[in-house]
Amino acid sequence: MLAAEMKKGDAALNSKLYRSLYRIRRVEEEIARVYPTDKIKSPVHLSIGQEGVAVGVCEALEPSDVVFGSYRGHAMYLAKGGDVRRMIAELYGKVDGCARGKGGSMHLVDVPQGVMGTSAVVATTIPNAVGYAYAIKLRRERRVVVSFFGDGATEEGVFHESLNFAALKKLPILFVCENNHYAIHTHQRQRQANEDICGRVRTHGLPTERIEQNDVLALHSAAKKSIAALRDGAGPAFIECMTYRWLEHVGPGEDFALGFREREEAASWKAGDPVKALGDKLDGPARAQIDREVEAEIKAAFDFAESSAFPGAEELHRHVYR
Amino acid sequence: MSTDRAISFVDAIREATDQEMARDERVLLFGLDVDDPKAILGTTKGLLDRYGKERVFGTPLSEDAMSGAAVGMALAGLRPIHVHIRMDFVMLAMNQLVNMAAKTHYMFGGQESCPLVVRSIIGKSWGQGAQHSQGLYSFFMHVPGLKVVAPSTPYDAKGCLAAAVRDDNPVMFIEHRILYYQRGPVPEASYEVKPGKARIAVPGKDVTIVGISYMQVEAMRAQRYLQEKGVSAEVIDPIWLSPLDVDTIAASAAKTGRLLIVDNGWSTCGASAEILSAVYEKLQDGRLPKARRMAFAPTPCPTTPSLEKLFYPNARTIAAAAYDLVKGSPQGWLPEERAEFNDVEFKGPF
Repeated sequence: MLAAEMKKGDAALNSKLYRSLYRIRRVEEEIARVYPTDKIKSPVHLSIGQEGVAVGVCEALEPSDVVFGSYRGHAMYLAKGGDVRRMIAELYGKVDGCARGKGGSMHLVDVPQGVMGTSAVVATTIPNAVGYAYAIKLRRERRVVVSFFGDGATEEGVFHESLNFAALKKLPILFVCENNHYAIHTHQRQRQANEDICGRVRTHGLPTERIEQNDVLALHSAAKKSIAALRDGAGPAFIECMTYRWLEHVGPGEDFALGFREREEAASWKAGDPVKALGDKLDGPARAQIDREVEAEIKAAFDFAESSAFPGAEELHRHVYR
Repeated sequence: MSTDRAISFVDAIREATDQEMARDERVLLFGLDVDDPKAILGTTKGLLDRYGKERVFGTPLSEDAMSGAAVGMALAGLRPIHVHIRMDFVMLAMNQLVNMAAKTHYMFGGQESCPLVVRSIIGKSWGQGAQHSQGLYSFFMHVPGLKVVAPSTPYDAKGCLAAAVRDDNPVMFIEHRILYYQRGPVPEASYEVKPGKARIAVPGKDVTIVGISYMQVEAMRAQRYLQEKGVSAEVIDPIWLSPLDVDTIAASAAKTGRLLIVDNGWSTCGASAEILSAVYEKLQDGRLPKARRMAFAPTPCPTTPSLEKLFYPNARTIAAAAYDLVKGSPQGWLPEERAEFNDVEFKGPF
């Protein structure tokens, strides 16, 4: 399927995936560039290197579908159609931010686009996604929910509780594990006696698939298949995406100097960078056109954030209770 | 609303749930054992048959995930009621309640909210022990975004549960098991006992006694013991702990000049600490009352009856403390036990 697709040169799909990947990459590079000015007074957990996970899955979703994610959530927010202007304004702490400046980078939301929340506490939105899926099933809707989380989240008890309930009730939810190998600075092998996450998930009765080497096209194709099955009531599924975090856990820089991982380890992942790989598949002019449009959108977003006001004092006490 | 009909606390809870589920198809009921033959001591009885297994269901033993699922359901527009047969088990759900439910409205910049009711039951007597007896509601009073209610009468149980289900915010609904056996007047038609209003259960002039949850029953008995000594106690049921009706309590304390707060939890950083602080801040104009708090002994709850009886305040010790407050010094008076005052009693074994 993957080879056939590539051979046919599905230009439209490649172009769609490339636009989303490039957009996320460039938004985050701009965040990293601006970060030392201290205009973004909030921790940022960048997805650079891992964009393909959110993009491969979200491009298989409908606008009415819903996603939940983690504090490393910029990529998911943008891939699902989140408003980039309101995202940057949120990072700047401005009142035009997607949460009026009260959420920040770790709590991006875009309700009309189905970005229903991210959490700073690992694994916390997994059951929220399950509950949302329960509501969808109860109302006999054909929508689906995707829950994004990292490899570390699979060590939390609530992950297993959530898988069990989703399987028990055959809920329309796709669990997507973004395995970048590290929980902050600690490798998966130092945390898990058995690194076979898919194997553990299968014991709960879910079908699983593991996508190697940050392969966006393979992921997209697997996600499409899973999501179609979910809409037909097949019950939950699980995809583990092998990927790699290029930068430090939190902040705009690299972390190889800390000594917990080698720069060489990153090299093979960087060599297979999907942003470059997909970009290279496009015609030069088509690619340049996308790049120009994305750059203009990003510039407009940062300008929007700069010119937006900080929330007034009255905002502190607003929205504690409805 | 007046009525001649008397029903139990259990039936009041069940009736409110039934009426809310009939009124609003978005309301769901779930938790460990809500659909089993014992039906959470009868409070969920018959609801499975009436509303079906998609709206009424028992859950896996996964308090954390099911609390998180409740938040997700609320985000999707449902109005879940999540039941915990022991409040102690809610400790497994703290992350979802404190980090998500309480903050949903704020972290969404006002776009979404989390209309969720968490019912939980506090146990007492017959060897419930350290992990079946805790009144941990002050944990939730601490957190902005949550509401907390602890009704003590069947009337309030029904009205507060209806209000909690209709509230757009997460509400911690605290039930004391001993109260389950109490009967009282409850109108059949649906009604709400809305957040933020305390009730003066018995008016008086010499001392104000605030009794929280089950301690309201003990406070009412204490009021009768105090009559023997010619002391007129005003008994207040705060009903809602968050938002708290400080005005009613402070006005009473300013009037009587004496305030005794009796909690069904520990005193340190507890509901009694909050009430006393709020009253103190309110009455800085020279009307500060003399005050005292009574609460659980600062120990885990022991199982053996000989120690358990020392762990809790009771009507007689409350009356003695109120009497001392009125007299201004320890009087050494402890009323003789009067069986006719023990008209509400929990009977084991179970």
